[in-house]
Amino acid sequence: MNFKNAENRSQVYETWRRLKKSRTAVIGLILIFILVTVAIIAPLLYDYNNDIIKQNIKERMQKPSLAHPFGTDEFGRDILGRIIYGARISLIIGVTSCLLCGSIGIILGVVAAYYGGMIENVIMRFSDILMAIPSILLAIVIVAAFGVNLFNIIIAVGVATIPQYIRITRASVLTVINQEYIEAAHSIGAKTPRILFRHILTNCFAPIMVQATLRIATVIAEAASLSFLGLGVPAPTPEWGAMLAGGRAYMREYPHLVLFPGLAIAFTILSLNLIGDGLRDALDPKLKK
Amino acid sequence: MLKYIMKRILMLLPVLIGVSFIVFFIVNLAPGDPARIIAGVETDEETVERIREDLGFNKTVVERYGIYMWKALQGDLGTSYYSNKTVIEAFMERIPNTLLLGFWSVVFGLIISMPVGIISAIKQYSIFDNLGMVLALTGISIPSFWLGILAILLFSLKLQLLPSGGNEFWYSVILPSITNGTQMMALMTRMTRSSMLEVIRQDYIMTARAKGLDEKTVVLKHALRNALIPVVTTAGNFLIMMIGSAVVTETIFSWPGVGRLIVESISKRDLNMVVGCVILITFIISIINLVIDLIYVLIDPKIRSSYGIMKG
Repeated sequence: MNFKNAENRSQVYETWRRLKKSRTAVIGLILIFILVTVAIIAPLLYDYNNDIIKQNIKERMQKPSLAHPFGTDEFGRDILGRIIYGARISLIIGVTSCLLCGSIGIILGVVAAYYGGMIENVIMRFSDILMAIPSILLAIVIVAAFGVNLFNIIIAVGVATIPQYIRITRASVLTVINQEYIEAAHSIGAKTPRILFRHILTNCFAPIMVQATLRIATVIAEAASLSFLGLGVPAPTPEWGAMLAGGRAYMREYPHLVLFPGLAIAFTILSLNLIGDGLRDALDPKLKK
Repeated sequence: MLKYIMKRILMLLPVLIGVSFIVFFIVNLAPGDPARIIAGVETDEETVERIREDLGFNKTVVERYGIYMWKALQGDLGTSYYSNKTVIEAFMERIPNTLLLGFWSVVFGLIISMPVGIISAIKQYSIFDNLGMVLALTGISIPSFWLGILAILLFSLKLQLLPSGGNEFWYSVILPSITNGTQMMALMTRMTRSSMLEVIRQDYIMTARAKGLDEKTVVLKHALRNALIPVVTTAGNFLIMMIGSAVVTETIFSWPGVGRLIVESISKRDLNMVVGCVILITFIISIINLVIDLIYVLIDPKIRSSYGIMKG
């Protein structure tokens, strides 16, 4: 066996190899791929100013047709177009809050596990406190206090996920920290940050990835709930939760107003859950072959 | 045992202080002059200044937090900015409804998730198992506010079977609790199934079968008891989830609970009410969590011994 081969069998590669075998994960990946692609090419499909935010009272409340596959909303705007642009907002919120709050949580988790003692105690109590508040309430309080804009929403829905990252990271770091290769790294004089991030964290990759996928799903759902409550991205920006809230008043006669935005949210969360489940199965050592 | 209970209660205090600290500071460090917001844009500066002094906004945040906590310890969380009701009064008026909703959501979750989870595990990979898991995955993926809207659309507007909101009749609670309980139901179904699958492969189950016990006794008496431990251990998390999602559910169904009170107070910028209610709701969740913890310490000998309180 040569070194190149060994490199190829890294954990990331191994995960990918097993992930490909999971039917649910592949379905989830395809769905997310479609969603991301559509979100990226949105400007090629619809003109933001003319189709998405401009009101067109003459065409309001149209049922689904060829020109408007999902119909039009109470202001005459194309619902499919708004859903596609809404995907951008949701994905931005999901991914950014995951990167931002995920990094904070992972760093705190590693620090807690590595240093232990007083530092660990403080970090874990901090995460207990954050976990005691229902996440949606925490998000509501933050948005209500600091005002409604995209950045505040990302922070608001992300903060509640920090303790989850702290816990999962700490737990998985603790399982590898006493292994011999870490001792070996110490003894050849590797610096602490290098050991932490190059040796320890790379081996905790699996559970953190699962956690991150599932957290993106909850964060997207939570952001949609916020806008449903009127605390989301301000109008006329297309956002799924806000579209639902807006269509609610007319749903008796025009159920398509609430049907399609809800489907979009459920579709996104479902795909992420499928990937998360597939990842968990792929990474489960009990199922390793 | 008493010592353990005392220890748990003492551990609760820092969490509650931390929660109040975080919520108070988030709200009070926010930009904008609260006195000006209460007075309205057109009020003259003199009146605003008076309001500022009356409500103590001229002091620093730390001082205000100190005063707030000192009063809180005496059972005073302040008054609403808009009505003469104290925060505690308003909260107490609404909390029974939230707890009622939470209770029925849990009942709904249990009624569905227990049988589905158990049967799915026993008949792994059967059609029932596959359908059950599709149901669970759907339940996890459907956001509660959409489910609530669809339920209103179908059962209230189209079929006119159930009321779309309020709490006037005994059956008003049906739609809200199904909406609120679905996600928990789905998570519990999956947990019950996977933990049942793990237990059912263990040796002692084989022993029970070898003894000639019938399948029903093996599953319900031997396997289920151990399979439920992880489910019960996470009951506290479910509870937090439940009360959290009640905020949304109560808004959809105009259910007169604390969640709706918080959302209403936020749109009026009644921040005193918001801070008070969030602290109180966290307090209640923590107490219920503590009680759940103590109960399963009492029933599960494994946990009991790990805390070294065997002798009770």
